[in-house]
Parts: sequence; C-alpha cells; structure tokens
Amino acid sequence: MSKSDAENKVISLQDVNKTYANETVLRDINFNVHSGECIVLVGHNGAGKTSLMKLMLGLTRPTSGLVEVLGQNPAFSAAVAQRLALGYLPESVAFYEAMTGREVLMFYAQLKGSSANECEKLLELVGLGDAAMRRVATYSKGMRQRLGLAQAMLGNPQLLFLDEPTTGLDPILRQHFYELIDKLQKDGATSIISSHSLHEVEARASRFVILKSGVIVAMGSLDELYQQATLPVHLKISVAEGQASRVAERLGSDINIMHINNESFHLSCLSKEKMPLIRHISSLGEDVIDMQIMPPRLDELYTHFMQEGEV
Amino acid sequence: MLWVLAQKELRDGLRNRWIGAAIVLLGTLAIALSLLGSAPTGSVRASDLDITVISLSSLSVYLIPLIALMLSFDALVGEFERGTMMLLLTYPVSRWQVIMGKFSGHVLILFIAIFAGYGGAILIMLMLGSSLEGWQAYLAMMFSSLLLGAIFIALGYLLSVLVKERATAAGSAIGLWLVFVVLYDLVLFGALLLDEGQKIGQQLFTTLMLISPTDSYRIFNLSLFDGVSDAAGIAGIASEAGMSSSLLTGVMLLWVIVPLVVTLFVFQRREL
Repeated sequence: MSKSDAENKVISLQDVNKTYANETVLRDINFNVHSGECIVLVGHNGAGKTSLMKLMLGLTRPTSGLVEVLGQNPAFSAAVAQRLALGYLPESVAFYEAMTGREVLMFYAQLKGSSANECEKLLELVGLGDAAMRRVATYSKGMRQRLGLAQAMLGNPQLLFLDEPTTGLDPILRQHFYELIDKLQKDGATSIISSHSLHEVEARASRFVILKSGVIVAMGSLDELYQQATLPVHLKISVAEGQASRVAERLGSDINIMHINNESFHLSCLSKEKMPLIRHISSLGEDVIDMQIMPPRLDELYTHFMQEGEV
Repeated sequence: MLWVLAQKELRDGLRNRWIGAAIVLLGTLAIALSLLGSAPTGSVRASDLDITVISLSSLSVYLIPLIALMLSFDALVGEFERGTMMLLLTYPVSRWQVIMGKFSGHVLILFIAIFAGYGGAILIMLMLGSSLEGWQAYLAMMFSSLLLGAIFIALGYLLSVLVKERATAAGSAIGLWLVFVVLYDLVLFGALLLDEGQKIGQQLFTTLMLISPTDSYRIFNLSLFDGVSDAAGIAGIASEAGMSSSLLTGVMLLWVIVPLVVTLFVFQRREL
C-alpha cells in the first residue's frame, strides 16, 4: 500500500470480532474505508450493521481486533475531539422529549460549536422550520427522522454514519435527503450508510458491504458484486410473428430458453457467454427484430449473497 | 462544555416545575417551623433563628435527600433506556464531562431551591418582625443542606449507572433513602440500647455516627454554633467526641466524591 493510500484511509477494521454474552454479533470483520467513499452496509435485521457502526463510533469496544477511525481508536478518550468531524444518525433516533425541536438542535450545536444561524438553516433545510417551536414529544416519526438528520449534519461533518436513514421519510423527502448527502459527498465527506435494500443507494454507493449473521459475505462495487455472483443475464428476443420457435431452434440445443411465445422468447446465459451468444443472434438475419439485454436485478444479487452457503 | 450540559439539566428542572415545587415546599416548611418553633420557647434564651435551625435541619435531613434522589435516580439509566445517551456520546464530550455536567446542573437546581426556599423564608420572617440574630447558623445550615443534597445526587447517579431499568432505579432510590435516613440510625440506636454500653464504646459509636452522611449533617448543624447547641441541649458534646466541623464537612465531601468517582468508573466501562 502506498503512503498516500494509507493517509487516505479514514476507517480501518482488522480481524474485528464482537461478542455479547456468548452471542457473536460480528466475526472476522476486515475492511478499510478511504476518504470520500460512500460505503453502504447491507444486510437483514440483526446482521450486525448497527453493531458495526457502534464499534466505529466508539460506543462499544471490539472483543478482539483493531478499530481505527481517523487514525485513532474511537473508544479512547483521545478520540473525543475528533468527534467534531463526525455526524451520526442512529436507527430510530431518540431525543429529549420535553424540549422543542429548536432547543434540541441548539443543544447539540453548542456541543459541536456550531452557530444558532446554522441551526436555523438546517431546520429549514429538513423542513422543520414551522415545527421548530413544538415539543419533540408531539413530532411524528418522519419529523424525528428529519431532526435526526439535521443534528447529524451539524458542523459539516467529514465522516457521516447513517443507520437506516430514510425509514419514515416520504419519497420527496427521501430524494431531498440524498441530495443533501450528495452535497456533503461533493465536499469530500465520507459516509457509511446502512440499509435494508440495495436499490435505494444503488447510484451513490462506491462500495457495498453485505453482512449476514455478523459475517461479511461480499464486498465491492456493484460491478464487482455482479462478477462475484456469476448470476445469469437475461435476453429477450423479438422475432417476426410465428417465427419464435424456429429461431430458437436455430440457436442450438445448449441454449437455456426460459419462456417462449409466438413472437418473442426469453433466454438466460452467464455473463461470459453473453457476447458470443449476441453475435450468434445477430447473425440470424432479418427474422430477429429486436433484442433486449436484462442484467440481473439488484434483489437477485442480494438474494444470491444471502442464500450463498446455505444448504 | 460542562455549562452546556448543566444548562440543559437546569432548564429541564425549570420546565417540569421541579425547582418551583421544591422552592415552595422548602420555603413553606421553613416559615411554618419558625412560626411554630418560636411559640413554645417563650422566654428561653435561644433566638428564633437558632430554634428554626434545629427544627429545620431535623426536617431537611429527610426532605433534601428525597428531593436529591428524585432529581438524580433517572439521570443515567433514563438516557440509556431512551437511547439519548448513545447519540450524546457521539458528540465531542467525554464521559466524565457528561457526569460532571449533569452533576453541576442538578446541584445548581438544589442550590436555587434551597437558597430561594430557605432564604425566602428568612426574608418573610424578617418582615414579620423576627430578629436576625443567629443568621450564621442559618446560613451554615443552607450550605450544609446543599452538601447533603449533593451527596444524594451522587448516590443517585451511582444507582442510576448500576441498574438496568428505570423502574429498578426508582425502587432502589426509595430503598437508599430509607437506609440512610431512617434505618441506619434505627439500627445504630437499637444496637446501642441492647448493648448497654458493653461492646460499643464512645469511640466506635462516634465513628459509626460519622460514617453516616445524614448523622454528620445533623451533628454539624446542631453543634457548630453555641446558640444552636445550647438550645438543642447538646452543648459541647460534639467537640468532646472529637467531631470538629471540618471533620464533618470532610466526611460529607467524601460522600460526594466517592460515589461520583465510582459512577464514572462504571460509566467509562459501559458499552451502549
């Protein structure tokens, strides 16, 4: 690893294990996060996403292994000052119910040394400007989530931890939320987002970390994950009316035909067989009217990794 | 940083009418006792305020720990249970700052309650024509009451960091109050009666009294000023037993520091 690469490293986890009273929640976790990356932790409920975040935040300590965030062990008191550069939105965030939204945000802002002006801006940004004078106890789930988001954005953090950030947000707000993340990302922020689905964060993630029962089962960009998974690609071939079965026959017997009707048929093949097959199909002449290539969908990819290794 | 955290507790105290209720309660008691207290004394030498110090400190020994525990038992376990502590600890505050910030806030609440309550009462008494003689003992009582309160705030935190649920903390707080305020003395004096002076000598008894923060508070207030100890009929007893006011204050301070340090120790190791 080159020197600049090492300097670039924001988070590093080495052989991390975490056990709570005989129950292992994380096993042999190894990965690095580099500055500016957007890492998405994906996994079922209880897969260890939140446990992993808590370790990186220094709220818990690993049973064995090393955790380093911004060059420090986050559980050490020396890491306290570094939390200035950190934003965290916990899953189902809780606030001091008796305080108003503005008071809550001001309280956190003071701890981070942010200004009252910034608070007002953030409240407007997340659409809580009108509700800022109301007590948090009267807030809906979505409003709490927005307030949680606002506090996580205080002080323009370089490192964002967002645990299931969009639960309880309506589609418009969700869109808005990702615009905010993009903006921080553009300024060079690194973010760690946990999510149930690959869909939501597909476009933003620089890398996915797929967790299953405390173990990383796959890791990498979407393309890398597709390659690792070796899932079949689907092709839809449209042909002149009544020609479907005849064209299919001409393709040979080793072709996997999924579905066939009068004027089209579906077939599947492995990624590496795709190009030869496409060349073959285009050589069939005028009978073939159209062809659509459908790569494996994200949920197939997810299901694949979740089922991998299960007998 | 400490001030931000303390301020939040103070604001909570004002908002849920805690401070207001405590001021009214303490103030009313002080006035009632001073009015009642001066009635039976008639021509006795003790000034009104000396009598008030005796009766008020005997009552404060029950009330102040109760108020302090009610302020503090929820302070940590409540935030663990609701999940607000988790978020707080991802901010640039260290764990000792969280404890000391809360402690400063809660002591400030008690300070306001005691000084506005007892202090307000003395103003009313002055208006009713009472003399100011013996005000030093009264002031010392206010400060020692604050110290007594700080002890039970610290004990409340210790309880709050040790238990798993808020309900357990509430129950244990009542238990703690009973032990320190009622049972300890009951057992001590019971033992003394049964023993008939055979095994429990003066030395051991003095030590056993000193150990209890509430007894230290009592002795401090009843013996520090001559006017008060004369009126209480225990003139010179405390100094004969070797209990100086600085020793008593020292014992009480230890009762603040030790629980706070243990609380911090447990909290530092706690995973959220």
